[in-house]
Amino acid sequence: MRKILIYGVLIFFSLLFIAPFFWMITTAVKSPEELYVFPPKWIPSVFHWDNFITAWESQPFNVFLKNSLLVTGLSLVGQLVSSSLVAYGFARFRFKGKDMLFMILLASMMIPWEVTMIPQYMEFNYLGWINTLKPLIIPAWFGSAFFIFLLRQFIMGIPVELEEAARIDGANPIQIFIRLIVPLMTPALILVGVFHFLSSWNDYLGPLIFLNDQSKYTLTLGLSQFRGMFGVDMVSIMAVTFLICIPPLALFFFAQRYIVGGIATTGIKG
Amino acid sequence: MESIKKRTPARFKQMSIPYLFTLPWIIGFLAFTLGPLIFSLIISFYEWPVVGDKTFIGLANYKEMFTNDPLFWESLGVTMKFAVLFVPLNIIIALLLAMLLNKNVKGSGFFRTAFYLPSVISGVALAMIWSWVFDGEYGILNYILSVFGIEGPKWLISPTWAPVAMVIASLWGQGSMMLIFLAGLKNIPKDMYEASAIDGAGKWKQFTRITLPMLSPTILFNLITTIIAAFQQLTLALVMTGGGPLNSTYFYAMYMYENAFKYSKMGYSSANAWFMFAIVLSLTLIVFKSSSAWVYYEGEMKQGKK
Repeated sequence: MRKILIYGVLIFFSLLFIAPFFWMITTAVKSPEELYVFPPKWIPSVFHWDNFITAWESQPFNVFLKNSLLVTGLSLVGQLVSSSLVAYGFARFRFKGKDMLFMILLASMMIPWEVTMIPQYMEFNYLGWINTLKPLIIPAWFGSAFFIFLLRQFIMGIPVELEEAARIDGANPIQIFIRLIVPLMTPALILVGVFHFLSSWNDYLGPLIFLNDQSKYTLTLGLSQFRGMFGVDMVSIMAVTFLICIPPLALFFFAQRYIVGGIATTGIKG
Repeated sequence: MESIKKRTPARFKQMSIPYLFTLPWIIGFLAFTLGPLIFSLIISFYEWPVVGDKTFIGLANYKEMFTNDPLFWESLGVTMKFAVLFVPLNIIIALLLAMLLNKNVKGSGFFRTAFYLPSVISGVALAMIWSWVFDGEYGILNYILSVFGIEGPKWLISPTWAPVAMVIASLWGQGSMMLIFLAGLKNIPKDMYEASAIDGAGKWKQFTRITLPMLSPTILFNLITTIIAAFQQLTLALVMTGGGPLNSTYFYAMYMYENAFKYSKMGYSSANAWFMFAIVLSLTLIVFKSSSAWVYYEGEMKQGKK
């Protein structure tokens, strides 16, 4: 009896969580006539798969896609390289001011991005980066506090003996880092990669503030403007929304193991 | 770890290596976090339009904000109202789902995925989906309500219901909190429950005497992050309602955003930002300070404090 109640509540909530996705997908393949009927139809009578193509081609979404791929790809590489280097520095070396630096790093995670967005905008404006993809890529090349913290925790868990042996054999720190540490911390790097991909691909406020011309838009920004233009064309909006959600959802399914474990151990906001 | 060599160049090289590793973050922190932070404090004392003359006006921006700007108080009120609804609901739902998933149910992987799925998509996509779900005439939510004989409100165009709609949409995207709770629950030793069951404790007593105290550090963490999240509420409002109707979803972050990027009042907006920073910081401190009264850490038991 209690089991049934537990399953009942779980099924009820999972339906609540999945229903909006379902509603998005079925709306995307409906005909315009079926969109505005009451009661609404969960399953359309005819599936209009061509809605996806029509919606995608109604705006330069291919350009937005290219921009999103550039931003996400280039910032991802930088994020992985820099965050892991810095994490290694904090995990394995003793140096003057390290504790204070690390405290600052932890504290900096508390600063909401909204607080620095205005001066950052002015700074990028001064540098001539506004309306380019640079503000969305270059900061990632300096690492981010949370990922550094996460990777540092992971490196601390790796036994130090291997590195000592390598050092005795004459390897320098960079060689040790690349040959020994990087392969060992692959699971943590995958986690950081996934989280960075999600936050970069899904980012809306950054593109909104830093980009002006349509030719520079990323997908999320393109989607939000798309709505302003068409107002009520819900079929197209849902079609594009669905397409934009595919990469994060696919990534989640492939990397679920790492994500669930990663959140459990670190308490990240997804 | 220390080099045996004492030759100066080699030693210098040795000493500089850790700094070389950490340098990217140090530069990035100065250039993209600390620098902007200090800069924004400075310009908050100026009247600073995007183009034109900048004038030092001391604390006038802050004075204006507190004494002469009804929108400031209004947006602060909207944010508070949102937080009052969102923070407890979010924690209760996340905790409930985590506790159910922790009961060794079959298919827990499926349920976990279902609850977490909305957290991986973009806030814009989330806002788009929910705008359509909340549609007053053809939205699925009001249809479902009508099946139960309830006439749903026109969610996003009603000043009463639009903030509620925001809370619902936000709750949908909070699966990570459930995962954090789930991890916390898994760390509670099973034998505590077994021992208390032998002593005759019921389920409710076990919940209030074991689960809640053992989970209190996690609750503390989630409490802080949710309060901060309430103050960062911007994407949903921008995309779903544009702050309306009648400013009922005009969140503080949106007020700040518009002062900067719609009205080009950079100085004033920076003052807004610093006020938000101060609030977030003090809320965090208050929650931390109060934590000794209600957060239970296992280590304390050994010191005989509890």
